[in-house]
Amino acid sequence: MIDYEYLKPASLDEVFDLMKKHGSKAELVAGGTDVMVFIKQGNHSPEVLISLRGLTDLCYIQKNSAYHIGALATHRMLEQSQLVKEELTALQQGSSQVGSIQVRNMGTLGGNICNAAPSADTAAPLLVLDAVAVLQSPEGQRRVPIEEFFIGPSETVKKNDEVLVEIEIPSEMGRFKTAYCKHARRQAMTLPIIGVSVGILLEKDVIADARIALTVAAPTPIRVRQAEDFLKGKPFEEGVLKEAGEIASSPECCMPRDSLRCEGWYREEMVRILIPRVAMAAVEE
Amino acid sequence: MKKVSISFTLNGDTVSAEVPPTWTLLKTLREAFELTGAKEGCGVGECGACTVIVDGQTVNACIYPVPEIDGRHVTTIEGLADKEGNLDPLQTAFLENNGVQCGFCTSGMIMSARSLLDDNSSPNEDEIRTAISGNICRCTGYVQIVESIDIAAKKA
Repeated sequence: MIDYEYLKPASLDEVFDLMKKHGSKAELVAGGTDVMVFIKQGNHSPEVLISLRGLTDLCYIQKNSAYHIGALATHRMLEQSQLVKEELTALQQGSSQVGSIQVRNMGTLGGNICNAAPSADTAAPLLVLDAVAVLQSPEGQRRVPIEEFFIGPSETVKKNDEVLVEIEIPSEMGRFKTAYCKHARRQAMTLPIIGVSVGILLEKDVIADARIALTVAAPTPIRVRQAEDFLKGKPFEEGVLKEAGEIASSPECCMPRDSLRCEGWYREEMVRILIPRVAMAAVEE
Repeated sequence: MKKVSISFTLNGDTVSAEVPPTWTLLKTLREAFELTGAKEGCGVGECGACTVIVDGQTVNACIYPVPEIDGRHVTTIEGLADKEGNLDPLQTAFLENNGVQCGFCTSGMIMSARSLLDDNSSPNEDEIRTAISGNICRCTGYVQIVESIDIAAKKA
């Protein structure tokens, strides 16, 4: 039987007090689109739910010396933000493909990252954008590059006394042209078979810098540095991009598994095909 | 189980109730307020049959923890007609254009459509289809639903 106490702290200090008091009996919940489902399906049975929805000051998208996105910003906010669409395009594309509008109205960026699904739609864009997760505990803040944040399916480096408060993206990433492709069976309400995000920094027609990230290609979202390094200094042309796709889909870079949704060989094949396409889409945008 | 007190605006009226904290908004609407328009289909936020509007945004009421509803504004399908009982143009269009077959998805479908038209009074077909992409219908091929929404938008 489902039985929990539901607590609604109004400040981070209150959240930390409640986390300390209830320890491992408690679970944090933001939008609830994952946690409530886990509870209903019997996979989680916390005695206490600590809601973060009262922390309305963590619900923002700002740009000053960097881009700052509060952990409680919803996917819908990111989807509809002109700033995110123009300057952090891949993230806008990722957020706008999470679940349905109903889910995006509830679900948060912080929740998507902390849930740490290998298929998370915002993960590949955040990797491409060099995002930093800002974790806060009663002792203070620490900043973790998103690449180090995920350590396995549903596992992150976030400690039990920490709360993810912000995602920060360096301002220079706004100069990259970025895109995300969710390759899936349906256009909505689905998880990706494979997720590909690419970021290209062009100087004249030469690739000055590049980022490539994949989801569902490994137990965590990953960056593909060999393919990124290959692109640097090369002309932006189809043959070069195709070669990057070959590198990224090789067994040294990605080892997608067979799963209910798809077999590994097909995922590998789609990495090869999609990397040039997503790179083109990013630059043409 | 210790109950929680909630007080919120439901279809324009201030209401309150004492409910278990584990109840969802959907269960509360259906069992505490006997508003059975919103349906439980999948129960995990995938089918959209439970769609209601909270503070101007559609949500899946089946995964919405009811303690969070305190102080908010909720609109359900029962709140769309005016006080004299005149239906919302969307309801009329669904009735007149065969937008309803078995009816189970209809109230959620109409709430998503209502939210769309509140933001965008003249949506194109793509925008209509995107707006209802979180609402699954297993009877129709969506064609008459999309037409009904289009007709309602043009009439309003």
